[in-house]
Amino acid sequence: MKDLLVYLKHYKLQSVLAPLFKLLEASFELLIPIIVASVVDKINAVNAGGVTTADGTRYVVFACLILVALGVVGLISAVCAQYFAAKAAVGFSKELRSDMFKKAQSLSYYEIDNLGTSAMITRMTTDVNQVQTGVNMWLRLFMRSPFIVFGAMVMAFLISVTAGWVFAVTIAVLLIVVFGIMLITIPMYRKTQGKLDKVTAATRETLVGSRVVRAFCKEGEEIREFDKRNSALTKSQKFVGGISALMNPLTYAIINVGIIVLIHVGAGRVYDGALTQGQVIALYNYMSQILIELIKLANLIITVTKCFACADRVNEILKMQPALIHGTAAEGTAAEGAPFIKFDNVSMRYSGGGSDALNSISFTVNAGETVGIIGGTGSGKSTLVNLIPHFYDATEGEILIDGVNVNAVGDEALREECGVVPQRAVLFKGTIRENIKWGNENATDEQINSAVELACAADVVNNKPDGLDEQVEQGGKNFSGGQRQRLTIARALVRKPKILILDDSASALDYATDAQLRKNLRSLDYNPTVFLVSQRTSSVRYADKILVLDGGNLVGCGTHDELLENCEVYREIHLSQYSGGEELAKGVEL
Amino acid sequence: MKNSSTQSQVIKRIFRQLKKYTPLILLSLLLAVATVAGNLLPPVLFGEAIDYIVDTGKVDFDKLFYYFVIIGGIVGATAIAQWLMGVINNRIVYGVIRDIRAQAFAHIQNLPLKYIDSHSYGDVVSRCIADVDQFADGLLMGFTQLFTGVITIIATLVIMFIFNWIIALAVFFITPLSLFVAKFIASRTYSMFKKTTKIRGEQTAFIEEMTGNLKVVQAFGREDENQQKFDELNEDLTKASLSSIFFSSLTNPTTRFVNALVYAAVALAGALTIIYPAVLPVTFGVGKLTTLLSYSNQYTKPFNEISGVVTEFQNAIACAGRIYELIDQPAQIPDADNAVAIENVRGDVRFDGVDFSYEEDKPLIRNLNISAKAGQRIAIVGPTGCGKTTLINLLMRFYDVQSGEIRVDGTGVTDITRKSLRQSYGMVLQDTWLKSGTVRDNIKIGKPDATEEEVIAAAKATHSHKFIMQMKDGYDTVIGEDGGNLSQGQKQLLCITRIMLCLPPMLILDEATSSIDTRTEMKIQQAFAKLMEGRTSFIVAHRLSTIKEADLILVMQNGNIIEQGTHDKLIAAGGFYKNLYNSQFAN
Repeated sequence: MKDLLVYLKHYKLQSVLAPLFKLLEASFELLIPIIVASVVDKINAVNAGGVTTADGTRYVVFACLILVALGVVGLISAVCAQYFAAKAAVGFSKELRSDMFKKAQSLSYYEIDNLGTSAMITRMTTDVNQVQTGVNMWLRLFMRSPFIVFGAMVMAFLISVTAGWVFAVTIAVLLIVVFGIMLITIPMYRKTQGKLDKVTAATRETLVGSRVVRAFCKEGEEIREFDKRNSALTKSQKFVGGISALMNPLTYAIINVGIIVLIHVGAGRVYDGALTQGQVIALYNYMSQILIELIKLANLIITVTKCFACADRVNEILKMQPALIHGTAAEGTAAEGAPFIKFDNVSMRYSGGGSDALNSISFTVNAGETVGIIGGTGSGKSTLVNLIPHFYDATEGEILIDGVNVNAVGDEALREECGVVPQRAVLFKGTIRENIKWGNENATDEQINSAVELACAADVVNNKPDGLDEQVEQGGKNFSGGQRQRLTIARALVRKPKILILDDSASALDYATDAQLRKNLRSLDYNPTVFLVSQRTSSVRYADKILVLDGGNLVGCGTHDELLENCEVYREIHLSQYSGGEELAKGVEL
Repeated sequence: MKNSSTQSQVIKRIFRQLKKYTPLILLSLLLAVATVAGNLLPPVLFGEAIDYIVDTGKVDFDKLFYYFVIIGGIVGATAIAQWLMGVINNRIVYGVIRDIRAQAFAHIQNLPLKYIDSHSYGDVVSRCIADVDQFADGLLMGFTQLFTGVITIIATLVIMFIFNWIIALAVFFITPLSLFVAKFIASRTYSMFKKTTKIRGEQTAFIEEMTGNLKVVQAFGREDENQQKFDELNEDLTKASLSSIFFSSLTNPTTRFVNALVYAAVALAGALTIIYPAVLPVTFGVGKLTTLLSYSNQYTKPFNEISGVVTEFQNAIACAGRIYELIDQPAQIPDADNAVAIENVRGDVRFDGVDFSYEEDKPLIRNLNISAKAGQRIAIVGPTGCGKTTLINLLMRFYDVQSGEIRVDGTGVTDITRKSLRQSYGMVLQDTWLKSGTVRDNIKIGKPDATEEEVIAAAKATHSHKFIMQMKDGYDTVIGEDGGNLSQGQKQLLCITRIMLCLPPMLILDEATSSIDTRTEMKIQQAFAKLMEGRTSFIVAHRLSTIKEADLILVMQNGNIIEQGTHDKLIAAGGFYKNLYNSQFAN
């Protein structure tokens, strides 16, 4: 929680004013008994005949008006306190959320691979909310309650040192109990929250997989499994709740035992003549006052306990350090005569991976060339292209662009040069235009349309009643897989990248569209270097250079014809595409 | 007053939800009475005890000891009652929210896919999780503070009437003012809380979308734009929650102010009745006034708590409303009463004059007629977005047709139980989905009682066995949320394996091998061929080699079948299909 307090720094004034106004309100409340006491004295005086009835009445009315006035002043300071506390708490959570989102975005591919989306969501929503409530309560109560508790103790010492010690011991026992319960429950609340994460994950999973769940008629099983997690959560909530519920009765009992001791001690002192009856009544009143404030304090502590548990989980996110070291230099100095892209003995192993995903890969690419990358599932194709925009670090060897190591180039500048079309075609909520503008914020409609045209997506856009303004739902759910893929290609093309990376991005396209797309890519006037990951030899056969990967090793590098001649793996792949259609293959060869 | 009417409906709903817990609630009430009595008695007893401490040398220690024992007993009993009440309240509240979550989750399984397809997951998740949590907080506060509050009010009121009925009456009529103020504020803040939850839902959806696709975000360097958008949403949320939190927190100070007025009124009225004893028919002394004043404080304090609870309740009800909105979504049309469970399916599938569209004003499929005979391979081809996936949605009855009929073995699908219909199909989709759980659990999803040998045989048939064994714990490797570290192709292989294991009588393969490399595909081709033997299969693929051997090829465009026939026939016809086919080798 301490680490999170910095988020209050823009709200210092509010954070100070809120408790101060609260203190003011409390002080006004404390004045009321004194005024009432003076009224009682006046009535006694009237009854005794010392003051005239008229004077007495005037005094009583005046005193009651003061009571009303105190109420008004109290109301105003309370309203101020609530406002400042709300302002500070809400502002606090605003900046916290914003920072968490920023942190989430700064994570590298390493963390993203292992990140649970639903855990992330809970952290940024429910947890931050709890922390916000905690801060709000804290600002309102943290000064008021101790002020009254310790104020009462000081008053007790002033009346009688012996009684003061009774107060001191009672308060000490109370603090031990309160903090003891806190210490026990904080880790338990954290565990409970972990169980809530599991419930969240189950809910999300059943939504994402609704089709498959239904296809296999697993609705019942899903429900049973959810109920199990749900019950585990409930059980743990009840258990922590049971311990937290000890707080109120224990404080109540301790205070009352304290009063018994106090009256017993007081009685002895009165018998000895050291105290009067009135002073005992005063001491008793002070002790009762502690009880009322302590109940508030206990509630505050429960909220704050929850808030601490949530704050820890929030902190976990904020403390995450991206494993990838981002390049810092704004620009590298290009070496003269170096090939455009060079992989020099590059190996790459994922964190937690058993074996190398890529193993000593070396090749060079000249500017403007089209490089086909082909290989089986898990052969390292995606890993290879992910190294170019520095999404991962090479474990060994280096990747050079214009003779400069990608680690030495600023990531932002580097990625600016790359147009990436990922394997999974993801679109975002917004219009088609907004989605394509991801590639180039300043693209004109003309540029967007031309990119759409090149990506063979013109019919996708034209068939929509609103054209580029058509709304895309979250995840692009209202577009088919192939439509999404073409739009994601347009998104990459609109930035006219120097390096265009297509990571098996045409898998959902029919052959006609795929062929047209490749034709369009070859005709691009800005002549980008293209990396084309594919599983079809027909997609890569016209590439200037084809890299054949097998189990992380580069087993072939050359043109289609060369590879057919001398690369076993490539030949197999090529033939496999025509399985069951030899005459077809023959027809093509002829 | 639309708000309050829907609000009262939600409240009724909550009461219905609580019905099951009636005995516990009654017990909690009983314990609340005991707790309140235990809290109100000690001050009176202590007061009486202090009367025995008169002056120097005049203290009755025996009487004091007697009071100490009684108070000690009461305090002990009260503490236990209070703790039990807490435990019972927890039991009720956490039980209720468990029920609600279970209900919501079960309902999700029963919602038409149309709802799931058209709502962001984040929004639904936030209803099931965050909203339920908020609701629980409100409910718990209600139980712990409302009960004791109300009982305290009644008890103190009774005592005050015994002391001085005139002042008690005055107090009785002034205090509703604070309830009125509380209600006024509550009705104003209800809409604010609603707005806050709505914006929070939007923000949750945005977080889900962006953190779920961080890789794309980073590849396009959209971090700054996203941050900006997030901050805008955040700003809206901040504004909305500031006003809802601030206005709702006004309840306490204002009711406290009303209480101060009550206090002043009691003091004034009490003092005047003492000064002018002849005017009023009540005898009244200074001592009683002090007691009355302290009790009027006792009496009004719970009002603060109750109004605090009321604001928390507003929030809770807004959240409960959103949950019930989800739970009350119309479920899919249930199976007809006389629906039959089909068995030993032969696999004759007919579409007769089927019309279908996702949105009413945008017709997609019109008058579709298909006749697939048992054991046939039906390939569906066509440009992307032509309606191939829609056809699968209809076959599996994920969506219902608007008119016309789909028949399996002569029985209309609406007369067949969904369960038996869906179990008759083995479905592999392009969009792979695996459960979080072990590899084995995932493979066995369609046939939970499969033996280890069967599982391994199926995995070997799809050439998955090798990569599964390479994983850390083999078949026991736990796959995380969203398929974890498996590649798209590996996930697809597992999806095929699970079909290979349960061998349903009909197959739906929607780009089932799109992410599998062709070498592997060639190797599993044989297994596939065997799988399709004698099974009616619907295949969506762009690899024409898979399609060529189909018994019937449906060429679709814009939701209509424009050509159908065998490969040779279609090539000979020289239409759309021929173009599509030839383009495979286009430059």
